[in-house]
Amino acid sequence: MTEATTAAPVEKSELEKRFPDAVKADARPGYAGFLVDTSKLIEVATALRDEMGYDYLSSVTAVDYYSDAPNAENFIEVVYHFYKSTGGGALELKVQTPRENSTVPSLTPLYAGADFQEREAYDLYGVNFEGHPDQRRILMWEGFAGYPMRKDWKEAYFEEEVKPFKNRWPEGQVYRIEDRNPFNKNNAYPQGFDPTGFKETDDPKLYEVLEKAAREYSEDIDTEQVVVNLGPQHPSTHGVFRMAVRLDGETIVALKPVMGYLHRNHEKIGERNTWTMNMPFTDRLDYLSSMSNNFGYALAVEKLMGDKAAPPERAEYIRVIMAELTRISNHLWAIGFLLNDLGAFFTPALYAIVERELILDIFEATTGSRMMCNYFRFGGVARDLPEGVLEKIKSLVTERLPRKIDELDIYLSENELVRSRSEGIGVITPEEAIAFSTAGPVLRASGVPYDVRRADPYSIYDRFKFDVTVRQHGDVYDRYMIRIDEMRQSLQILNQALKDLPGGEIMNGKNPYQVRVPAGESYGRVEGPKGELGFYIVSNGKGNPARYHVRAPSFINLTVLEKMCVGQKVADVVVNLGSIDIVLGEVDR
Amino acid sequence: MTETNPTVNSAGYEVPPELRQNVAITTLDKIWNMGRRYSVWPMMFGLACCAIEMICTAASRYDLARFGMEVMRPSPRQSDLMIVSGTVTKKMIPQIVRLYNQMPEPKYVLAMGACASGGGPFKEGYNVVSGVDQYVPVDVYVPGCPPTPQALLHGLMKLQEKIDSESITQVRWYGKEDIPAIPVPLLGPDLIDPRDNELIKQETSKKPAAPAAAPAAPAPAAEAAS
Amino acid sequence: MYGLGILKGMWVTLTHFIDSYVEDIKWLGRNRYYSKEGIQHRRSKDTKGIFTVQYPEEKLPVPEEFRFVPFLVYDVDEEGNKHDRCTSCGICAKVCPPQCIWIVRTEDPVTKRPVPEPVDFFIDVDICMNCGYCAEYCPFDAIKMDHDYEMASFDRHAEHIFNKEKLSKPASYYAGIRPTNYNREETLKAEEAAKKAAAAAAKAAAAAAKPADGAAAGSTPAQ
Ligand code: SF4
Ligand code: SF4
Ligand code: SF4
Repeated sequence: MTEATTAAPVEKSELEKRFPDAVKADARPGYAGFLVDTSKLIEVATALRDEMGYDYLSSVTAVDYYSDAPNAENFIEVVYHFYKSTGGGALELKVQTPRENSTVPSLTPLYAGADFQEREAYDLYGVNFEGHPDQRRILMWEGFAGYPMRKDWKEAYFEEEVKPFKNRWPEGQVYRIEDRNPFNKNNAYPQGFDPTGFKETDDPKLYEVLEKAAREYSEDIDTEQVVVNLGPQHPSTHGVFRMAVRLDGETIVALKPVMGYLHRNHEKIGERNTWTMNMPFTDRLDYLSSMSNNFGYALAVEKLMGDKAAPPERAEYIRVIMAELTRISNHLWAIGFLLNDLGAFFTPALYAIVERELILDIFEATTGSRMMCNYFRFGGVARDLPEGVLEKIKSLVTERLPRKIDELDIYLSENELVRSRSEGIGVITPEEAIAFSTAGPVLRASGVPYDVRRADPYSIYDRFKFDVTVRQHGDVYDRYMIRIDEMRQSLQILNQALKDLPGGEIMNGKNPYQVRVPAGESYGRVEGPKGELGFYIVSNGKGNPARYHVRAPSFINLTVLEKMCVGQKVADVVVNLGSIDIVLGEVDR
Repeated sequence: MTETNPTVNSAGYEVPPELRQNVAITTLDKIWNMGRRYSVWPMMFGLACCAIEMICTAASRYDLARFGMEVMRPSPRQSDLMIVSGTVTKKMIPQIVRLYNQMPEPKYVLAMGACASGGGPFKEGYNVVSGVDQYVPVDVYVPGCPPTPQALLHGLMKLQEKIDSESITQVRWYGKEDIPAIPVPLLGPDLIDPRDNELIKQETSKKPAAPAAAPAAPAPAAEAAS
Repeated sequence: MYGLGILKGMWVTLTHFIDSYVEDIKWLGRNRYYSKEGIQHRRSKDTKGIFTVQYPEEKLPVPEEFRFVPFLVYDVDEEGNKHDRCTSCGICAKVCPPQCIWIVRTEDPVTKRPVPEPVDFFIDVDICMNCGYCAEYCPFDAIKMDHDYEMASFDRHAEHIFNKEKLSKPASYYAGIRPTNYNREETLKAEEAAKKAAAAAAKAAAAAAKPADGAAAGSTPAQ
């Protein structure tokens, strides 16, 4: 368990001293960080960035404090998590705004990485970010009625406020919920809405923004430019993702990602679920690396639960082993499909998938499912390694995988065609990488040695010797190479963990089907294969989270996509996207 | 061939007794179906987690090529089978219907996983469509979350079974009438299925039963609860 | 030299190509395909060459922990009567994340006490996320995760809500697919039963030894 989330006390007083009337420590029990006056937010954030070294804005999200009790104090709170790119714990700022006409100054001009996250808060909570350069809905479409994440917004299939639903037992007469909806569908319309002659507007603002961006790129717009929409069904978008691209000949002058095609309302459902129920749902975030998602969520909840959920030694080791195996299998997949995007159609991917399948065999034997592992519990893991699995892991880690990673390296890294397609493409400087809040391989390929496992160690990562891999050029080739380097480091961690794996219990106490989590907030973050994966949860002491937010690395890494692509050829878009390694389940949630 | 495809001769239509000797049609069907069942080209089209298992099915270990299905076409114009692999969202369904309309006949749809079949674990979500079959006709459903590659292969074999049971004289795409395209849903305040227009009008003009919902929350909770 | 990297890469693919034949020759006389040890070899760390498992002729064996859709376990007594292990306690319905379990419990018409065996039990497999929570938290080992994944169908409306009849499978089936788990649970149960018996015996002995308190002690177990 790490206790490093709260900033050192020096900074605390420093910030409060600096802004005596604008900043005060958050005194609610279980909460940390500072409440900032809305009007002073920009000032405080600027000081944080320029003077105190908090240059990395990791997560921005909104929380709806709402209750329909009379005299309840209802407001929306926007929560920011800042870090130093040199390492250390978080500094948390919060601003509060009324639920009607919620307005908060935008931090996007200061921290470019806030862009999509603020748009998300606008989309789902209706918080207006003043000064945001491009405030549009991001996950839902323009014209959708209401702000769905607000607590008083109910979906068409709404049954009850929280799970478990009362009608499932003991008189559980089965029904399909669609049969109880007048349209037999998951739809509901505002009063008096008439669909006859309804015309869909295909997001006109998007094209306005594209044009504006094109003008910024070059003043002379005499040449004929075309807008091309790549996706949402496009073989190279790794799922349902769309890029609106403005082209001058073959050169990209503006690009806007459009997402939400896989928005599955993870957070809304997550706030209705009990704490335990969320675990299998986290599997479906980044479905290529479910173990890491489990890890992040378990950490966040365990932090709130305190000592009674501290996992025993053996469980910690198993967690690390599983997380590192996941990283390897994820990177294998990422490399395979990056090469696919480069035009090496399927052969590298096939070789990589063989190794991934062997790792999935391990997951299947241990957890019961190849992809949706649902393996972590609060205070341990679900079950011990079955017979023979440990030997299998050992044989893979010591004998096969190192050989195969080397083979992949020989196979691809020196290939002149790969190099000419990827070197110098999509360059991101270290400053940009930090400003855009990129994480994981994207950040490290740009020369920033930031790895949560080292910068803010969690679990037992402080016991292992490994290098934080860094590459200096920040181009596609380096983002490819860094994944190979990382796999090697993971093997190193695995070797140590397998050697030291102790015996003993795998759960701290019983594994109850309902847990109580003390009131408060917590932010648990892990270094997932895609980057920093964070879970921000707020508990009000009940059986369900009051707020459940996922800081999805591939979502935030996408903020930098435009920067990568502008000025390059259209064929490079696909490669740049592949080098970020997105998973749509996590981007759209 | 007769042993491997016993279903062909009893495939849903009666041969009149006086024609029992005449096996020309069934034989043609058999050849026709054999050609089709071993060259189903799926569309390269993945939605969510299930898509990963679909790719695994096509890859090293399970090798879809053994079924003649390895040619994943990125274009709907060249594909016969749409594997709906993952959660269908309201934002995506217009695209899916459009793609379906663009596929040439004969075309098949396989709903892979709980989500595509009936909504799946995310069914209650506000942006999730409860099953792709609310918009496009589905031929085979493969349950599971996610179905393992072998389960998907089993589903594909079921599809082959279905293809086997079809007869050239009966299939819809050689019929006289045009097959109408499925109207593409629109993204309004919520997803609008043009086929439901009348119903929507009726429902939204009703007086709200309970005290009116807050203006910020237009979703009629009362309707869902009724 | 330009092109060396490409040649190296091609060399790798060539070795993969050759390996598939070398492997087949090495396995001459033994069955690399369509045999248990062949499949086992292909999923071991030494696998080389052809990696494909040719479903449906050969199927990858699923591990014991494998989970697909849940099923209900019933015991069969000597007379061949079926007894559901399920006591309709409702824990699985409460813990199921997408809430896809429906349980109908009844009352005894005379005593008005709930009858343990459920009248009906439904799982909507179009919602079930195969998470395994129901099996994990069921205190009576009455619901377990199945290994049967071949369930594709042509019609979901008729077939995809499983009722009790469709869900129920005998304990012997469970013992067959998950032998380790089954044996562990059975030993636990036996131990517990033994403990209980011992405790009861001790109590009875104590009651017999203290005839004065006999009435009080005797009434406790009866409750
Ligand atoms: S059925 Fe399960 S695995 Fe498939 S898309 Fe839905 S949630 Fe993902
Ligand atoms: S299956 Fe188990 S948990 Fe579910 S009601 Fe029956 S006894 Fe209780
Ligand atoms: S496996 Fe999970 S989703 Fe399925 S019935 Fe059991 S608890 Fe519910």
